[in-house]
Amino acid sequence: MNGHLRAVEIRYVKRFDRLDRLMHGLLMLSFLGLAATGLPLLFSTTAWASRVSHLLGGFLVAGRLHRTFAVLLIAVFLTHLGRIVYKVALEKDYGLLWGPRSMVPQPRDVRDLMHHLQWFVGRGPRPSFERYTYWEKFDYWAVFWGMAIIGGSGLLLWFPEAFSRAVPGWVFNIALTIHGEEALLAVGFIFTIHFFNGHLRPEKFPMDMVIFTGRLPEAELKHERRAEYERLERTGELGDLIVRPPSERSWLAGRLFGTSAVLIGLTLVGLIIYAVAAHGL
Amino acid sequence: MSTRGAIATAVAVWALALTISARVPGAAGPQAAAPPQAAVSAAPPPANTDCLACHEDDSAVRADGRPVVVKLAAYEKSVHGPLWCIDCHTDVAKAEFPHAEKLTKVECATCHPGPVEQFGVSVHAKARASGTTVAATCVDCHGTHDIRPSKDPESRTYHLNIAATCARCHGNADIIAKGKIPSDVTKAFADSIHGRALSRSGLIVAPTCSDCHGAHDILSPQDPQSRVSRAHVPATCGKCHEGIENQFGSSTHGRILAKGTDGGPACQTCHTAHGIQRAESVGWQLSVIGQCGTCHADRIATFRDTFHGQVTSLGFRTVAGCADCHGAHEILPANDPRSPISPGRLIETCGKCHEGANANFVKYDPHADKHSRARSPVLFYVTRFMTVLLAGVFGFFGLHTTMWFTKEVRVRRDRRKGRA
Repeated sequence: MNGHLRAVEIRYVKRFDRLDRLMHGLLMLSFLGLAATGLPLLFSTTAWASRVSHLLGGFLVAGRLHRTFAVLLIAVFLTHLGRIVYKVALEKDYGLLWGPRSMVPQPRDVRDLMHHLQWFVGRGPRPSFERYTYWEKFDYWAVFWGMAIIGGSGLLLWFPEAFSRAVPGWVFNIALTIHGEEALLAVGFIFTIHFFNGHLRPEKFPMDMVIFTGRLPEAELKHERRAEYERLERTGELGDLIVRPPSERSWLAGRLFGTSAVLIGLTLVGLIIYAVAAHGL
Repeated sequence: MSTRGAIATAVAVWALALTISARVPGAAGPQAAAPPQAAVSAAPPPANTDCLACHEDDSAVRADGRPVVVKLAAYEKSVHGPLWCIDCHTDVAKAEFPHAEKLTKVECATCHPGPVEQFGVSVHAKARASGTTVAATCVDCHGTHDIRPSKDPESRTYHLNIAATCARCHGNADIIAKGKIPSDVTKAFADSIHGRALSRSGLIVAPTCSDCHGAHDILSPQDPQSRVSRAHVPATCGKCHEGIENQFGSSTHGRILAKGTDGGPACQTCHTAHGIQRAESVGWQLSVIGQCGTCHADRIATFRDTFHGQVTSLGFRTVAGCADCHGAHEILPANDPRSPISPGRLIETCGKCHEGANANFVKYDPHADKHSRARSPVLFYVTRFMTVLLAGVFGFFGLHTTMWFTKEVRVRRDRRKGRA
């Protein structure tokens, strides 16, 4: 950074509103809770699983916690869906369904992926990204897929006697298998790939604070999402999005919460790897 | 007999008894009526008091320094107290004094021919015959001069003391090694429900070593005649657990065992021989699942994949283990209508825990095998799909992440170089 800029306060751009951040926070909380209370079952033959399970107060308590976190996650998911429906149907914000501000995968994402891969191997410049990158969209839709698969099978397993009036018993065999395997996919993905993409890669290390503070430095936005930055400049929206830097308190709180989550997540990944190495899948 | 004759005999017996009681320490018994061989020996044989002249002396020792003292108080209280020393140490009757250090071995069989004959076929006698000098003989269990009747709580062979008596050798590492005893089972027994019933609850009806193994005629478990041979174990346990023996006899396991093939389990296969735990204890109920798995390896593997298997594996007993569905001693195959897992009884069996279980519910497979297309086709393909999905996602993003990381590291290095 040049010397004469030092006196100037760094300009911040707003990226997520308060509810988005709250949603992500509750998502983290419920996801970590579900992982910690569920993984012992998946690796029940290991010594750590038994220890964690007893530490949580036994299998009945762990089960109750698991279902509590599940209800929280479902509530977060439904709230988010409700917000999208509200914005699209009532506020007529069709930009959420298609275009640069939409989470819906579009041809641009395939091009971005290709260019990104080319940049990795030194065969092109760093691509210019829009508001949501292809890997962020993958994370986002993975939650929908996960909610349907894990949430659905979880509900079946929660009330087997009631559901058996509608489906044959062997469906519960399938439900348990996909609940576990899909959970392994979700946990493994979030605690390695998402952590890396979002926080742990050299450019972001140790943590991208934008999801906790809701704002990021203007220079960072320009560097990372040039397409979005230029669009905001072009439409004149940028001016409305300029905000004050995050308060010390919100920054610290985000760091504390985020770091704890990353540490818990990486610990669980370590335990999974240990279990798979020692006992196989 | 005339009255006078009877009186004369009585007086003679009284006089004789008086004489003997003056000579022999302790009360006069019928065996002590006269010193043995008194009629044929020229010199009168030594009385117990003669022996005690030396053997009461704490300081009298053999050539190698070992004391020769016989603890008179213990001897007087022993079951043999009324006997003469020379009744057992027969060669001393004719010996010159001081007699030779090495005496003839005491023949217990002279008075106890039955038990000694039984002992002759025992594992202890056979071990001795094959040169194992540490193998037990009469004195190792009964003692020497201090032998008490087994009804006496002080006796080594009193019911509540037998386990400790056996443990003197069977819990002694040195003797276990020298005697080639397979393992130390004394600690397992002490912690078992039987051992605790004896030692903690003082239950005289609780079984001790000899109740299963016998006393004088203990045989190796490999000997088909043994009380604890595989084939005989159910009958041996059935001496107390008669109802269970009856159930077991008509079960699949019992019938296989009765056929005499090696595969059939007996009581100890599941319960262990010495470390038998209380059947109500959670620890045992969980560990016996693994015990079933030692024979039914494929069934335990599929069980562990289910919720029942996972929770029990974590150490909780709130869900079904093997016996909850299959039964325990009365286990029968599913094609037997009496079996709790027979199709006709499944709703009742699952319903024990799952209130509201119906015909649809019991189509659940508690041993679904994700690797078997024949048994669980849908599960088989679902598992395959999940494997491909996981491999695909982690494969792609693993590579993506690695490349990204490498690139960013390179960019940083170049920037640092550029600055420098």
